[in-house]
Amino acid sequence: MDQIAQQIRRIILEQSKRASVGHIGSALSVADILAVLYGRVLRVERADDHERDRFVLSKGHAALALYAALHLKGRLDERALGTFCADGTSLGVHPDTVLPGIDYSTGSLGHGLGVAAGYALAARKQSSVRQVFALLSDAECNEGSVWESIAFAAHHRLTNLVAIIDANGQQALGYTDEILSFSPLADRWRAFQWDAREVDGHDHEQLADAMSRPSVGGAPRVVIARTTFGKGVSFMERQVKWHYSPMSDTEYANALGEIGAGR
Amino acid sequence: MRQSFLRQLTNLAAQDERVMLLTADLGYMAVEVFADRFPDRFLNVGVAEQNMVAVATGLAQDGFIPFVYSIVPFAVLRPYEFIRNGPVHHRLQVRIIGVGGGFEYGHNGFSHYGLEDLGVMRVLPGLTIVAPADREQTVNALSATWQLEGPVYYRLGKDETRIVPGLEGRFDRNRCVQIGSGSDLLVISIGAISTEAAIAVQRLTKEGVSVSLAIVSTFNDASADELGVLLARFPCVVTVEAHYINGGLGSWVAEVIAERKLPVRLTRCGVRQLAIGQTGSERYMNHLHGLSSEAIHDTAFAALSQATTPA
Repeated sequence: MDQIAQQIRRIILEQSKRASVGHIGSALSVADILAVLYGRVLRVERADDHERDRFVLSKGHAALALYAALHLKGRLDERALGTFCADGTSLGVHPDTVLPGIDYSTGSLGHGLGVAAGYALAARKQSSVRQVFALLSDAECNEGSVWESIAFAAHHRLTNLVAIIDANGQQALGYTDEILSFSPLADRWRAFQWDAREVDGHDHEQLADAMSRPSVGGAPRVVIARTTFGKGVSFMERQVKWHYSPMSDTEYANALGEIGAGR
Repeated sequence: MRQSFLRQLTNLAAQDERVMLLTADLGYMAVEVFADRFPDRFLNVGVAEQNMVAVATGLAQDGFIPFVYSIVPFAVLRPYEFIRNGPVHHRLQVRIIGVGGGFEYGHNGFSHYGLEDLGVMRVLPGLTIVAPADREQTVNALSATWQLEGPVYYRLGKDETRIVPGLEGRFDRNRCVQIGSGSDLLVISIGAISTEAAIAVQRLTKEGVSVSLAIVSTFNDASADELGVLLARFPCVVTVEAHYINGGLGSWVAEVIAERKLPVRLTRCGVRQLAIGQTGSERYMNHLHGLSSEAIHDTAFAALSQATTPA
């Protein structure tokens, strides 16, 4: 497993254990996506550079994975990371723009893609080459507002916009195909005139290739990343419980062992 | 009012290329003045208000001043959480234009009535509400507020012809405008319904009542202080708003009175409840809900009689 992704997973486990909070499975699900984004795709050398690429974590409940990626990028020091879910912190369960490196505060699903479309439109109007990335969950596509934004981005041919779907097939109370199926997801995006590509959401080469390839025919791009909820910790994988549940001491020790977390 | 607003917005857009206008497919015979002159900065996003506010949020964060346009309930209630989480939380220069307060969309029925917007927008910290009373005040209010740092909500009437006599377009973000010098009764009004309140006040004056009219166009702490000073001079006050009775102007005035322990009797005119399936012209609906000039006159007269009757 890639070193950065492994470190993201380690931080997710450490911090969620220390803070005794859940959303662990959702965060582990996107560890590889964020490792590739921050390691190989996003051009974000400085958080205050207007010409940097933009990134919206629309599935805000995976913020811990984003904090981990920012920490490994050198944007967030150890002390700040250690305030995750402490009183008075800026590092809550959901991300806030007050933190350098976070472009948009999320937490309510269905908001991020439209804002990202606004960024993409602004970039075009300002003749900028900056790219805009938004990471959504598959269950987030239950929100009608997502489809408003999907239609908008396609109509306006926002070729500088890339949506990434963390398609782990799960949501808070169960499995997406049982609760509100959007299968086949890629076909639905294609029907809205997006350039959709499905990849293994834990394969870094596939992810990097899909996120970096140029737009074809003026369509905005979507990467449907097939992921495993709780990826890397066998007893969490595909288990609904780990959407909300925090870890016991034993579970924590076992989880760390499974991801082979050394520093 | 909306046409005057959009003409002035077009003038501002000529000065500042950050100004954009987005509509969720509404504004026939209103948005054209802007769209024709600045087609690159006009965007009909389709019937999708949530996405409109989200896109405006992204545009504002990256340097634009987007105005988003729809009828009051569609501009405010449908995308409310997007307003809250976007421009309000991020303190962005998104401007929301809601057209048609109260019953202005008369025959269109309850779905088009703007009866909750002042209440739900007033609770959002950092959002400036601008609800002008007539077309002249609209132009000045826009000029005074379009560059404000945080988000702004403009509640605009549709009528371009009626004006509030004596208002003369005056707008001050930190105080209401007092018209007249009567001292027994103060009628306080907000938005386009102020033209009805003004007629009621004129009639009361003719009848010998010592009455003043105050036009409120915005709610904030500074204007609350100013209003408190004004209220302290009157024994009796009547509020008038084309809005549900709770949450808007009348509630705000009640807060000002209570927090400053003012010895003034308050009577609120507003909509209490809509009867299911009962609709009609704006004039009809206003009268039905106590908001015609005649009804306001009668309510104010009764309130004054009560206030001056020794207990």
